Amino acid sequence: MTTETQSIEERTQKLEGLGTRRKRVEDVRFTQGKGNYIDDFKLPGLLFGDFVRSPYSHARVKSFDKKAALALPGVKAVLTAEDLKPLKLHWMPTLAGDVQAVLADEKVLFQGQEVAFVIAEDRYVAADAVDLVEVEYEDLPALVDPNQSMTEGAPILREDLQGKTSGAHGPRKHHNHIFTWEVGDAAGTARAISDAAVVATERIVYQRVHPCPLETCGCVASMDKVNGHLTVWGTFQAPHAVRTVASLISGIPEHKIRIVSPDIGGGFGNKVGVYPGYICSIVASIVLGVPVKWVEDRMENLQATAFARDYHMSGEIAATPEGRITALRVHVLADHGAFDACADPTKYPAGFFSICTGSYDIPVAHVTVEGVYTNKAPGGVAYRCSFRVTEASYFIERMVDVLARKLGMDPAEVRRRNLIRKEQFPYQSALGWEYDSGDYLTALDKALATVNYAALRDEQRRNREAFTRGETRKLMGIGVSFFTEIVGAGPIKNCDILGLGMFDSCEIRVHPTGSVIARLGTISQGQGHATTFAQILASELGIPTEKITVEEGDTDTAPYGLGTYGSRSTPVAGAATAMAGRKIRAKAQMIAAHLLEVHDDDLEWDVDRFRVKGVPDLSKTMTELAFAAYNNVPPGMEPGLEAVSYYDPPNMTYPFGAYVCVVDVDVDNGVTEIRRFYALDDCGTRINPMIIEGQVHGGLTEALAIAMGQEMAYDESGNLTNASLLDFFLPTAVETPSWETDFTTTPSPHHPIGAKGVGESPNVGGVSAFSNAVNDAFAHLGLTHTQMPHDHWRVWKAAQSLGLTAG
Amino acid sequence: MIPAPFAYHRPQSVQEAIGLLAQHGQDARVVAGGHSLIPMMKLRFAKPEQLVDLQDLSELCGIHNEAGTLVIGAMTTQHELIGSEPLAASCPIIRETALVIADPQVRYCGTLGGNLANGDPGNDMPAVMLVLGATYRVQGPQGQRDIPVRDFYRGVYSTALRDGEILTSIRIPIPASGHGWAYEKQKRKIGDYATAAAAVILTMASGTCASAAIALTNLADTPLLAQHAGEALVGTGIDEAAIDEAARRAQRITSPAADGHGPVEFRVHVAGVMVRRAIARAKQRAG
Amino acid sequence: MAKMHLKLTINNRNVEILAEPRLLLIHLLREELGITGPHIGCDTSHCGACTVDMNGKSVKSCTVFAVQASGAEIMTVEGLAGADGSLHPLQEAFREHHGLQCGFCTPGMITRAYRLLQENPNPSEAEIRQGISGNLCRCTGYLTIVRAIRAAAEQISNAREAVE
Repeated sequence: MTTETQSIEERTQKLEGLGTRRKRVEDVRFTQGKGNYIDDFKLPGLLFGDFVRSPYSHARVKSFDKKAALALPGVKAVLTAEDLKPLKLHWMPTLAGDVQAVLADEKVLFQGQEVAFVIAEDRYVAADAVDLVEVEYEDLPALVDPNQSMTEGAPILREDLQGKTSGAHGPRKHHNHIFTWEVGDAAGTARAISDAAVVATERIVYQRVHPCPLETCGCVASMDKVNGHLTVWGTFQAPHAVRTVASLISGIPEHKIRIVSPDIGGGFGNKVGVYPGYICSIVASIVLGVPVKWVEDRMENLQATAFARDYHMSGEIAATPEGRITALRVHVLADHGAFDACADPTKYPAGFFSICTGSYDIPVAHVTVEGVYTNKAPGGVAYRCSFRVTEASYFIERMVDVLARKLGMDPAEVRRRNLIRKEQFPYQSALGWEYDSGDYLTALDKALATVNYAALRDEQRRNREAFTRGETRKLMGIGVSFFTEIVGAGPIKNCDILGLGMFDSCEIRVHPTGSVIARLGTISQGQGHATTFAQILASELGIPTEKITVEEGDTDTAPYGLGTYGSRSTPVAGAATAMAGRKIRAKAQMIAAHLLEVHDDDLEWDVDRFRVKGVPDLSKTMTELAFAAYNNVPPGMEPGLEAVSYYDPPNMTYPFGAYVCVVDVDVDNGVTEIRRFYALDDCGTRINPMIIEGQVHGGLTEALAIAMGQEMAYDESGNLTNASLLDFFLPTAVETPSWETDFTTTPSPHHPIGAKGVGESPNVGGVSAFSNAVNDAFAHLGLTHTQMPHDHWRVWKAAQSLGLTAG
Repeated sequence: MIPAPFAYHRPQSVQEAIGLLAQHGQDARVVAGGHSLIPMMKLRFAKPEQLVDLQDLSELCGIHNEAGTLVIGAMTTQHELIGSEPLAASCPIIRETALVIADPQVRYCGTLGGNLANGDPGNDMPAVMLVLGATYRVQGPQGQRDIPVRDFYRGVYSTALRDGEILTSIRIPIPASGHGWAYEKQKRKIGDYATAAAAVILTMASGTCASAAIALTNLADTPLLAQHAGEALVGTGIDEAAIDEAARRAQRITSPAADGHGPVEFRVHVAGVMVRRAIARAKQRAG
Repeated sequence: MAKMHLKLTINNRNVEILAEPRLLLIHLLREELGITGPHIGCDTSHCGACTVDMNGKSVKSCTVFAVQASGAEIMTVEGLAGADGSLHPLQEAFREHHGLQCGFCTPGMITRAYRLLQENPNPSEAEIRQGISGNLCRCTGYLTIVRAIRAAAEQISNAREAVE
């Protein structure tokens, strides 16, 4: 059968474009062990760098003795802050307008902080040398509890900021204060709360956790002194931003810097920022004239790289007796660690936390966030959070349940009464966001019907009666979460990282024989961009995906972009891809008109070709047009077939979902069994359902870890007591349940293909579902809120506090 | 992540191994499965200058029966313990316990001897050996001797092993046919040490408990034989009251550390839960 | 410390090399021999990304010294495909069922799955989950991995039946 006689369905199928479960191109190399991760890199003369790190959380650095380390055969150099000072690189700017020590400058501020950088012939010698560097410390009182950060007499952490009464985000009222950020209507909210018939108050802590991708951070820096050219390969979720920052702080012009992100073994926001290891490797390479590799250990990764969350939230939710929410107020104490290195867009020191009105039509709200310093690692925004959306969503979803308890109403019913209605979109939230689209009631109905929610509540009633009669020691809990998240940062007018607008890009070149190379400003760390962005193009261009190569990550070839995090790739770079594809198709249309000797308007697009309207036999396929672009274009037109789009999104996108989690809690030992987890996601147009399901499974598993056991456990002296996988909770296949996924599709009206992004939704919605389920198990006994993680001992404590435990 | 340097030896006989230990004294450590020692070496908590690898000592492998005594070579791996049908038939508590130790890869390498001789209070097998009334056969420069398990554990990483001695085999009186058995372990995830764990071996005669031994894992500096707790079951029908009393007595001898598993109070509580559940299962299994 | 002379077989290739005693097997593979399939994901022998098949056992190569592997037969994920380049059913099934995303855990996971199916050619879902409980994944949530292993098991057994 020739292509002429193939049906629309057959020709569409052949493209493997939008909507197909296309198998991933990446898998071919990964399943054969032929991935190219940073620690796989070898270059001639490569040296290895390793850090001496502080055992103390707060101390003065009195002196160094490098002699023994330098005497070890194979050791090339030992760098301290003194060595970086002449280059002004002992401190570096953070993404949040603060500064961070690259190597401790007279003081250490968190356990694991980088103090010296040893460079040696191989990692074994480097490890020996690290042990031989002698550092004399003078221990200082540690500040670990953010609630104590702004008390009178709290230890002074940032001596480098002494006297600075304002920071990047406004005035500072205390030596440990970073910023106060406020949004909403303070007076209106106060009035609504005081007038309200019902007010529920709760203190909700989202504990400090860590994204812990399976591959740690690392880089290889290579300074070519002859040509004055610096190349750095590394675990960078935003390679172009790293190039610009590297240029600004090193003085090497940007066109002489090449940043390459190879295969990355998971990012989850841990690999967005610039770490001391990158700077030290670059300096070492410049000084020693050879490539230098730095790859951190797991313990170093947990101790010193971007953590996530640590939001202490005090909330009030006001409602009518019928359960209609009338106001929301929240005060957040944000523990940023020793340096504010949060990876937020510049204008948003608390990220998009103001999405905390969630999926609900709340008329007035007020948010205050206060950031403070403590003796812990810097960071805060990471771990599939979409810039604090996980915190915001957890907050509102718990508050809605807390309200439901207070009203004696079913949590799903309270949600139903308050969900934004379809007719209200685009919806202006009380805190200033314009939600693009949503059909929340349909999603809620579908979710509740699929899990047979009424039957589950009936079962729970019977379970509670049986428990009271002593027939069982397990309590059933049902957790509902209806989240709306905000992703796709973002419109340049309000979203920038260090002044770089958060647009993204796609550059496409179609070759004469009809195959395609497309390069983007984003970088996959497992999301399958090489597979999915080709699908977008296949549908736009009518060229099968197998003839489309997608590349990312090399700043020498890829157009400028702000990278991949915050689920922004599909909303922004995906849009750029579609737009660039349409430019190509528009040019191809003109070539087709020229070849067919008709007017442009006489042509219509049919899957993979242009046809003359009313004369279906007269057509030109994209493949034919590609070749023609190189030899037979209309007069006045340039030959070739390529296009680039830099896409400034008009708005963020707002994926949403309805999750239901069923648990059985053993009150005698605190063990919670996840009986069932159902996740309905609406991410707009679904590019590759197989990949969407994978993203949901993965995000739910990270949510499980966070909700059910993960935390960064600091003691009173600031020692991180669980800096290894012995104690830091990562579930195995045994603790992880089976996932049920479902969907609705509400396209984004402003996105070229209607897609919203999905990568972070499961972590946003999942944590709330798990946590609501555990809380729900005890709700009938008067428990309003128990803090995460819901590990065995905390759940047991909750049971004990309700008088449920024997012995 | 990188161990300190050391010299490596792979003796071909127990005598040769003992000779090496005698020669190098405190500088030397033996390595069996390596999954306790090597992680310690990678963190540089252990820095032996001489490593004596026991992997070629085939005389330390194998499971056999010596006239009513089960003899298990110290180098027998957890994987081999799990896979032994004769062992599962005569002493099933061992397989049940091995299955909750670590993960499949670690079980391929980890040995029974390594799990017993280290003195790590988190190891699971010591409590099982306590309830089985095992004897450890060790060999050293002064020759061979047998140490009853009850005399073996002294403190954290402290045992009755003298310098230069290695554990060669574990000798277990085969439990009576129809005995009840259970190892109940609560942990946060696969691969975790116990929040609390209890081993129980008991026998019933005409509906009455004729003998019972209860031991606890990871609830003190050493594994604990809860003798008094076991006595609470003997002569009873193992009813609720007897089980409660046994659990209470067991809890009283625990002194767990507060750690990632939870506060002391919780771990003591879970000890009680594990003892109760282990007794119930053991009773159910008793023929 | 003085280097020792080692001989071992890796992916059917005989290797002779000098290594210092403390060299970890994972580093022998990755640094000395350029076999970079197995990865390092932790420091405490928990993650399983370094899993190889050694003398018929699944072993975490970060917890073995190279000198201990002298005389051993080792297979890594690079050794799974046929001599003609045809992929092992596990490799095909992982792709078919989306059993990987970033790919970092994948070599260790597939190598472990290979031995699991040797131990138990027809594992249930629960047995598969127990069987891979020494391999952590941060991306997939395990369900697609379980499906992939199940599918490979079926394919292998069908192929076996076809031959018989």
